Amino acid sequence: MTITTAPIILCQDVHKWYDDFHALKGVNMEVKKGEVIVIFGPSGSGKSTFIRTLNRLEEHQQGTIIVDGIELSHDVGNIERIRMETGMVFQQFNLFPHLTVLQNVTLAPIWVRKWPKEKAEQVAMELLDRVGIPEQSSKFPGQLSGGQQQRVAIARALAMQPKIMLFDEPTSALDPEMIKEVLDAMIDLAKSGMTMLVVTHEMGFARAVADRMFFFDQGVIVESGTPQEIFKAPREDRTKLFLSQILQH
Amino acid sequence: MEEAIRPPLPPGPIKWVRDNLFNNWFNSILTVALLPVVFFALVNVVLWVFTEADWRVVSQFPLLYAVGQYPREELWRVGIGLSTILLMLGMSWGKWGGLLRSISMAIGIAFAFFALLPVQHPALDFSMRAYLGANVLLILLGNWIGHRVAVKGSYILIGWAIVPFLFVFLLTGIEGSKFLPSVATTFWGGLLVTILLSAGGILLSFPIGVALALGRRSTLPVVKAFSIIFIETVRGVPLITILFMFSIILALFLPADSRIDRLVRALMGITFFSAAYTAENVRGGLQAVPPGQIEAAKAVGMNGFQTMVFIVLPQALRAVLPAIVGQFIALFKDTTLVVIVGINDLLGIGRSIINSDPEFVQLQLEVYIFIAVIYWIFSYLMSQASSRLETALGVSTRL
Repeated sequence: MTITTAPIILCQDVHKWYDDFHALKGVNMEVKKGEVIVIFGPSGSGKSTFIRTLNRLEEHQQGTIIVDGIELSHDVGNIERIRMETGMVFQQFNLFPHLTVLQNVTLAPIWVRKWPKEKAEQVAMELLDRVGIPEQSSKFPGQLSGGQQQRVAIARALAMQPKIMLFDEPTSALDPEMIKEVLDAMIDLAKSGMTMLVVTHEMGFARAVADRMFFFDQGVIVESGTPQEIFKAPREDRTKLFLSQILQH
Repeated sequence: MEEAIRPPLPPGPIKWVRDNLFNNWFNSILTVALLPVVFFALVNVVLWVFTEADWRVVSQFPLLYAVGQYPREELWRVGIGLSTILLMLGMSWGKWGGLLRSISMAIGIAFAFFALLPVQHPALDFSMRAYLGANVLLILLGNWIGHRVAVKGSYILIGWAIVPFLFVFLLTGIEGSKFLPSVATTFWGGLLVTILLSAGGILLSFPIGVALALGRRSTLPVVKAFSIIFIETVRGVPLITILFMFSIILALFLPADSRIDRLVRALMGITFFSAAYTAENVRGGLQAVPPGQIEAAKAVGMNGFQTMVFIVLPQALRAVLPAIVGQFIALFKDTTLVVIVGINDLLGIGRSIINSDPEFVQLQLEVYIFIAVIYWIFSYLMSQASSRLETALGVSTRL
């Protein structure tokens, strides 16, 4: 893989306000194809807001975001093209409760990518197999455990064959014994070369697969670096304090 | 070895009586005091129905209750329309089963019962009995077609979409035609009109109501304002007023030669009235869909229309299905109000039968009880259909 390729995600001076609250205060980030980025920071630091601006679930009011060569603006066509290239996994899974697992995974490929049903189902079964739950395909989401639901959500996002995967605290709503199965699926995905941005506090995951880490606090990136740099020698006091708080036990 | 703990046995009838009727001294006294009251009430009702009541007012006019003054020589048109619907019902039963099976069987058994009823009655002549019997066979034939022959479900649905128009066309006829002379709606009446108005009102008001509910949440100010004004105006006015408006005032505003049929005017009033209430019910359902669902749909690239059709509406409608069916049952009963704008629905026919003969004025209790039973049967079927549908769609489970 060449390192000199253009960044697949480019953010320059991104600002976001909720009414008077300044949630993002000039965020800059470049992500290259195949990189695994871990974003962490205290709650309210803007990390979830930032990742949600990348596929326009939140609108940024100032600055530039370019995803896969397409600039995010009010152009609806651009937004839909970017959403086709990015998959997202949510904290609360957000599976469609009225559809079966298989239908959850095939819905978008059939209606957005316009694939024939047979192809979509074949791809869906491969993906469900990859995340380890092919036998649950005809069940409804409500019949699955949290860990299984989140793995279905990963398969649903992958079914659109995105170039980038966004994870918004994917394990925060899970019971402790189910976190590993979801992280395993994500590690597997990271090793396959997918470009990933993961908002998480799972530092084990960061150590295992992250290429770079970004520490957010109060709407700005306080510090960034490789996992080794962040864990061994954090430069900023805020980073040290936060890491000591989440790594204590 | 440890003995397995079994669930407690269901209580027997004696235990049920003890737990529910004699569980303390006050309830015991109530039970003992009310038992004779209930007993005598039941005995008296049964005695009245079978000995005292004079059912002539019902048995002499079965066709009047069914179709009103619809010309008897044109009655075959109603018959063919009904048979078409029953054939479709049979095919749907064969294709999907479930509730459709129960409805088909109930209608089939009722028709067979009257076809074979060993009573001499002018309305139950040979041709009527043959017609009823033929319809039973039609339902079974439809079932066979839907079950054995490979008919696609979508074909049956298309058939259902055509049937109402075919039915109304058959009933109306063509101006000046010899074979299918037009029959003015002034002659239509009875259960036929009640069903036409309620089925028409339900089928038309549902899509309009959904559209209004979406319009009320629209970001386009004009659409939003129109929806809110329509819903709040209609909901603030009694149905009787709306019916009067459509039957009298509408005629004043429109040019004299573009007269809309009075049955259509009543249907418009009922439809608009029901649409406003459907809109508010659906709006409740739309609000119940979590925002995360819309985000997830957007994140996989679906546009606003796809998100609405595949994600939001199915969940919203499922959540409010019981409320909407309840509203439709109320609408079915509210159609009796069309009597006041001069349409002879089932209740109107009953009243005109009572008024047709001084002797019948004594028998109005029988007429009203008969009509009440018919309304009850239809309302009960609708609520049964609703609860089956709820189970099939997993309203209470797939959350």
